[in-house]
Amino acid sequence: MKTGWRATVLAAYLALLLLPIYWMLNMSLRENSDIMSQLAFLPLHPTLQNYAQIFTDRAWYSGYLNSLAYVSINTVISLAVALPAAYAFSRYRFLGDKHLFFWLLTNRMAPAAVFLLPVFQLYTALGLIDSYIAVALAHTIFNVPLAVWILEGFMSGVPREIDETAFIDGYSLPRFFVAVFLPLIRAGVGVTAFFCFMFSWVELLFARTLTITEAKPIAAVMTRTVSASGLDWGLLAAAGMLTIVPGALVIYFVRNYIAKGFALGRV
Amino acid sequence: MRKTFDNRAWLLVLPVFLLVAFNAFIPLMTVVNYSVQDVFDSTHRAFVGADWYREMLHSDRLQNALLRQFVFSGLVLLIELPLGVAIALLMPKKGGWAASLTMVLIALPLLIPWNVIGTIWVIFLRPDIGLLGHFVDHTLGVHFDYPTVPLQAWVSVMLMEVWHWTPLVALLAYAGLRAIPDAYYQAARIDGASGWAVFRHIQLPKMRGVLTIAILLRFMDSFLIYTEPFVLTGGGPGDSTTFLSIYLVKLAVGQFDVGHAGAFSIIYFLIVLAFSYVFYQALQRVGTGAAR
Repeated sequence: MKTGWRATVLAAYLALLLLPIYWMLNMSLRENSDIMSQLAFLPLHPTLQNYAQIFTDRAWYSGYLNSLAYVSINTVISLAVALPAAYAFSRYRFLGDKHLFFWLLTNRMAPAAVFLLPVFQLYTALGLIDSYIAVALAHTIFNVPLAVWILEGFMSGVPREIDETAFIDGYSLPRFFVAVFLPLIRAGVGVTAFFCFMFSWVELLFARTLTITEAKPIAAVMTRTVSASGLDWGLLAAAGMLTIVPGALVIYFVRNYIAKGFALGRV
Repeated sequence: MRKTFDNRAWLLVLPVFLLVAFNAFIPLMTVVNYSVQDVFDSTHRAFVGADWYREMLHSDRLQNALLRQFVFSGLVLLIELPLGVAIALLMPKKGGWAASLTMVLIALPLLIPWNVIGTIWVIFLRPDIGLLGHFVDHTLGVHFDYPTVPLQAWVSVMLMEVWHWTPLVALLAYAGLRAIPDAYYQAARIDGASGWAVFRHIQLPKMRGVLTIAILLRFMDSFLIYTEPFVLTGGGPGDSTTFLSIYLVKLAVGQFDVGHAGAFSIIYFLIVLAFSYVFYQALQRVGTGAAR
């Protein structure tokens, strides 16, 4: 059977893909002394104690709330500024349009390490440090260009005649955009929101540097597992598992758009 | 597509322009400032011209990090592209629950924070508590200690990178495959085309657009990689996995050597800019070509 071996190879790949994640899940269900004493493929004495510790300690769970807060703010800002810009790039030629588009893209590709120190100094000067808005703003450096790029791809797939007909029918640009155009590209908006969420959620360098205590992301809180007695592997693994949950939920909701979405509307 | 010329479109672009200018242009100017000055303290600084640039360009550590970076990004493309395409070809052609489940599972590594990716692989590779580390060290009998053996550190970082990002290539290639109309396959079947011929003359050309995006994203992102190898190896042993970003952060934040770091940043940025331009041109050609 031809489909038989294809499915088998694919299943084997998926198993290998999930194995490291499973191993962390396994660790998260065990106490540190248990982890250090023996290697076991299944948790022999499973415990939820690591998770309980995270959910009851404010320093821990506030990390998750902080991360979700700046990721959400970032997604909203990115979409709000990228939507009109993407429309302009997809429908009009204007002075310097190609240069501007390229300049935007270079920011998607600029090394975060280059901007780290100067962005920190700029935000300190403006009193933004240690707030959600600081991280959300810093993440727009790479998310806004990406959002413009994806949305432009989706918008260019909508025939121009639709705009022209609407304008003849007496729609103003803002009303046309909200009432007619947005519903047409809602898949593209969803995909863009997904990507903004994704890249803001996984980024750590800015998020860690621009926060001190109040807005600390969960990824940075995870360094707390280092104590005088060494690393608490079980606790570290549990915290890591919990950072996978929001991503998994988001993928589940956009699963039908993933294939087209990853092509950024350019298929 | 026909576009009208209208400079009022600038009004629509203005918010993006201001936001990115604020975030990227001001910091970039700060970096330029640092790169030509010797800063003693907040009030005393001297103009040093191109001294930092000269020193950085002749620095062995920078040259080695640059070489390492190119080898790394090259390997990433060589391994992840064929592997991703192969996986995409294996995925179910039709929609349905099997395709959905496969996609959700494959996309999972892409949504894990990068430091957690590093943590997952530390836990997986440690010889004492890691499944793979224990397997190689005890079952295979090969002494495995990736934090101290440079070659093993490299293999570990590559393994993590391939695990992490091949799914992106697979999903992009899959999106390209799904866009091929069934009629193409039927025609190929009537002509009695072999599996290879279908791949070479139908599937590969139709994936050109998405694969260009894949090359662009994978090259650039692997060129900027920082967090995952930093968590896994800390750039060590020695400097053996110190890629450009890791080295830059060591200089700028670790040693607070802002002069050298500034010059380094500009050099780094110019390299990225040059590559972005080449890829952008390639993308424009694909965008206007038959693949669109």
